[in-house]
Amino acid sequence: MNNVSAASDAKPWHQIVLETLKANDVRLIVYVPDRVLTQLIAALHADAFFTVFAATREEEAVGIITGAYMAGLRGAVLMQTSGFATLPNALASLVSPSQIPALLFVSERGTLGEFNLGQALVAKTMRPVLDALAVENHTITRHDELAFIVDRSIKQAYATQAPVVFILSPLLTGGKVFAA
Amino acid sequence: MSSAFHNLKVMNRLDLTRLTVAQLKRDEAVIGGIGNANFDLWETGQRPQNFYMLGSMGLTIPIALGVAIAQPKRHVVALEGDGSLLMQLGCLTTVAVQAPKNLTMVVWDNGIYQITGSQPTASQATADIVAIARGAGLANSAWAADEDEFERLVARALEGGAPSLIAARIDGAPGVGKTERDPVAIRASFMRGIAVKK
Repeated sequence: MNNVSAASDAKPWHQIVLETLKANDVRLIVYVPDRVLTQLIAALHADAFFTVFAATREEEAVGIITGAYMAGLRGAVLMQTSGFATLPNALASLVSPSQIPALLFVSERGTLGEFNLGQALVAKTMRPVLDALAVENHTITRHDELAFIVDRSIKQAYATQAPVVFILSPLLTGGKVFAA
Repeated sequence: MSSAFHNLKVMNRLDLTRLTVAQLKRDEAVIGGIGNANFDLWETGQRPQNFYMLGSMGLTIPIALGVAIAQPKRHVVALEGDGSLLMQLGCLTTVAVQAPKNLTMVVWDNGIYQITGSQPTASQATADIVAIARGAGLANSAWAADEDEFERLVARALEGGAPSLIAARIDGAPGVGKTERDPVAIRASFMRGIAVKK
């Protein structure tokens, strides 16, 4: 794994995310896959604490965890940047007005060495959309800040009944690089 | 018109919604889809176990799936329109893979986007919702030929054991009820109704 900051730490970033989800009793994980998230998804699948499956579309995944939250089960959605770009209506017409503490993890594509122009352009829509919707969001670049940001933000999301988006920077994950 | 529709009586959504609600005896959760589906659900009386969608077209079945996964002992009914479902067909494949034993999906098929001026949907002439559902892997999918068969299909679906999809051809009448447009109140009421919130 091309993870610079994790090299000096025994625990890889995805293990920290998994443990933080577990510590906050977030048991349902619905994802649309991404190469950068492969190890996290595999680790979640391997842990019986979690119910983990793929949805066909990110907004579908948001609908599923919204229903689960209302029925007493905490959930999170995993996706990549381009998948986030399909979500504004689900956020603006369901999650925000209904005050749903949706936890959204976005693997950040389109920056710091992106090779795909489609990813590079769609990435630029992400933060303006989140800011326009006043949705709490954190771009996580540092390994040593990961647990704190995710843990505190999950607690805040449930306490304030508001969604939160974790943008996982290539500085944290290593990103996806062009295979020459 | 698709050959699948030849023997189907054209029914009325509010009538069928009443028939559905009348069979709910165990505090089943009901997710009323955007627009007419939840307007008619509202008209049948505001059960605390009802959730009324005010946006996010297409997410009725995903929301219902989430409820079904979270509360496997409670049956969940999704009431969805053909136009909405056509927007999010992939969700049927997800339901089929997860195969919740406690989920019933009812699809009101009037072949039109009634609420926006009755423009035709793909199901008016060509797309067959039940064939699509079966193709997605939902073996317990059926058209209701008339009200009696609809009631029987709902009764069987509520017994659970596997996810079921029931489709009904309906007329072009608009929804009757006027759902309160207060998403936070709706969500809180629903959460109390299904014993998540005090």
